[in-house]
Amino acid sequence: MSLLFGDYAGTPTAFDEVMGADGTRPGYGGVLRQLDKLDATEVRARADYLKSTYLDQGVTFDIGGEERPFPLDIVPRVLLAEEWAEVEAGVQQRVRAIEAFLADVYGEGRVFRDQVIPRRVVVSSPHFHRVVHGIVPPNGVRCHVAGIDLIRDEHGRFRVLEDNVRVPSGVSYVMTNRRAMFSALPEVTARHRIRPVEGYPLQLLAALRAAAPSGVKDPTVVVLTPGVYNSAYFEHALLARMMGVELVEGRDLVARNGRASIRTTQGLRPVHVIYRRLDDEFLDPAAFRPDSLLGCAGLMTAVRAGNLTLANAVGNGVADDKLVYTYMNDLIRYYLAEEPVLASVDTWRLEEPSHREEVMDRLDELVLKPVDGSGGKGIVIGPRATAKQLDALRAKVTRDPRGWIAQPVVQLSTVPTMIDGRMAPRHVDLRPFAVNSGDDVYVLPGGLTRVALPEGELIVNSSQGGGSKDTWVLASDGLRRRKRRRASQELQPVPLAALGEEPVPHQQSQQQQQQRIAGGLPC
Amino acid sequence: MLSRIAESLFWIGRYLERAEDTCRIVEVHQQLLIDDPSVDSDEAAATLLAVMGSSVDPTGSADSSETVMAQLCYDIASPCSIAAALGGAREAARRARETISTEVWEAINTSWNAVRAGRLQRMRPATAFQYVRERCAVISGTADQTMSHDEGWHFLALGRSIERADMTARMISTAAVTAGSQSAWHNVLRGCGAHHAFVRTYGGVVSDKQAAEFLLLDRLFPRSVVHTLTIAEDALAQLEPGSRRAGFHDDAQRLLGTARAALEYQRPERILAELPQRMAELQRSCAQASEAITDRYFSAAAAATWQEGS
Repeated sequence: MSLLFGDYAGTPTAFDEVMGADGTRPGYGGVLRQLDKLDATEVRARADYLKSTYLDQGVTFDIGGEERPFPLDIVPRVLLAEEWAEVEAGVQQRVRAIEAFLADVYGEGRVFRDQVIPRRVVVSSPHFHRVVHGIVPPNGVRCHVAGIDLIRDEHGRFRVLEDNVRVPSGVSYVMTNRRAMFSALPEVTARHRIRPVEGYPLQLLAALRAAAPSGVKDPTVVVLTPGVYNSAYFEHALLARMMGVELVEGRDLVARNGRASIRTTQGLRPVHVIYRRLDDEFLDPAAFRPDSLLGCAGLMTAVRAGNLTLANAVGNGVADDKLVYTYMNDLIRYYLAEEPVLASVDTWRLEEPSHREEVMDRLDELVLKPVDGSGGKGIVIGPRATAKQLDALRAKVTRDPRGWIAQPVVQLSTVPTMIDGRMAPRHVDLRPFAVNSGDDVYVLPGGLTRVALPEGELIVNSSQGGGSKDTWVLASDGLRRRKRRRASQELQPVPLAALGEEPVPHQQSQQQQQQRIAGGLPC
Repeated sequence: MLSRIAESLFWIGRYLERAEDTCRIVEVHQQLLIDDPSVDSDEAAATLLAVMGSSVDPTGSADSSETVMAQLCYDIASPCSIAAALGGAREAARRARETISTEVWEAINTSWNAVRAGRLQRMRPATAFQYVRERCAVISGTADQTMSHDEGWHFLALGRSIERADMTARMISTAAVTAGSQSAWHNVLRGCGAHHAFVRTYGGVVSDKQAAEFLLLDRLFPRSVVHTLTIAEDALAQLEPGSRRAGFHDDAQRLLGTARAALEYQRPERILAELPQRMAELQRSCAQASEAITDRYFSAAAAATWQEGS
């Protein structure tokens, strides 16, 4: 065992993904062995390299107007092929169920008639938008991109923590992490068969093109960003660049007569699909917040006229509402007639009096989450909260029970992470990304592993000081063997050209002779 | 191409050229003080800051050369400093990040990271100037070699040329003002990186007239005003779609063409006789051309805002 991992032990309460009861778990043997061959100082130097390349490349996220590099840990997180198969199937199932649910909510409303979920749960969500009722997207897809947050519980079992089907972010770091790790640890990466992630932009572009309004053969796709001060601006620019499409801001768009265009140096150019990274409320001041400076008035008219596709669709927020989450297993059974592949986390709905009663006295043992929050905002972890905070929380819940859910404290699994030059267990989650093209749901192999850097911290969001890990999904047995590839065509080497040679020794002797005759000293 | 992105590219070109040229101008200034002890350093500093459009008056300050270094080099808050120019280039590049090549972005970003971290202050001035010049050369060389020479690149080249014409005019103004000094023109030639090219063209003796002629009118030297204006006109011609059978339809093209003709078709002695006025005119033409380009190509970026109830 190396110096780095010599005294490493997980935390007793959580599932450690590297060290099991019988030593190193399968999948990590190769990583530890290879890191072992480098000495500890070298590994630290590589970790510093990761930090400096991110700074040079400007791989950052923005907090309150300040750009910060996104910390990437040197130890990768490894998932075995069979572990991934479960995640992939579970994510695909969830996306299909959510699509069916959204189509139903903004269409017939069968799910309410059949009493699977009360109508008021959906219509009371702040993300329910009556304005899109009856709009059927061109290829039926509303969740072009989904990010399903998973955690592993005390037994190592994957559970869904929440769904993100509005504007899930983080996929850019999956791609940059992989590239950075390949250059920082070539010895380790070369020995593993890791499923590649760079196909994501092409999958996304294909899905966006497939979603174009009917009759448009060669659709113009753009990415809509709130602007350079948005925390995910780096990602918006990366995706636009890798898909080869324009990155636009609201002020670059014009929507008139039910059609959308972008302002170019040659005048207006029609746009058919907008991959928008803007919240619903800001998209169209004519339909939503009238004070929005980020959107463009008239976009919703163009959508309703069938001339424009927004990806993801407006109104998706009802599906990732945390209260709707509590019904998700029932929804999967209802729409797909399948058992859920991935478990959820037990949840109490505080708007139900019986649940509330059960929870109110033991707030100090539970996690309370606002139903419409994201990025870890507003979450109260009972065991960490002071009595005063709990009292304030109790008052808030009593005032707005629809706004809160309660969950037991789940000890997220841990993975060794380099902290101050040493390995220490840190809690992680996993956000796999799914792209729905209408024909098929593609799940990017791996996804974003976020790691909470402070000791014992359970909230992993980057806005709360989280970092990330490169996530490797191993192909079948995971180890790479040398393969001899036969060249398909004979090479025909052609020598490099060079400046014609002068007969140096001869010239040299004459030039020096000349000097001697002149009697001069070498100067 | 998006108007907003075109504008960003234009300004990347301008800010980078501004950083490099400011660096060259300050180098000339410092060299002049060293070469010619008869020059009043406070007065020279005041002239320089005025030429560069700074509102700071160094005469009361304890150390005028330190004021010059802060105002024109290190101080990010000073709008005419190298640091501010590099910051402007970086901010424009960030907005056009999906359009410029990754290598160009990284070259700009690493330069800015170094400046922001205070690297320039910690170097000796000569090393700092060399660093800035080399970074600018790396960035523009990378842009030339890694970006398609399409519309976006023409905007970049256009911004660079207009800025270069403007800054060269300022540099020549400093020589004209301190023309009493023996080595003034000599230094300006060096500052423009033109000394070597000049000597190879005219021989070693520098006369004011020849030096001015070279920097203003030489068609082959890439930093001369005429050459630079020609590049800018070419870029505009590439951006203008359609045939050019009669005259010019684009205001910027008219302005730059007129400015170039005013230099090229005038007797050199007359230009030399009223050099400061001529250089000021040139700077004004550049400013007007820049405005014309903004109106024509970028103004669509200033969008109408939605008003409730309308």
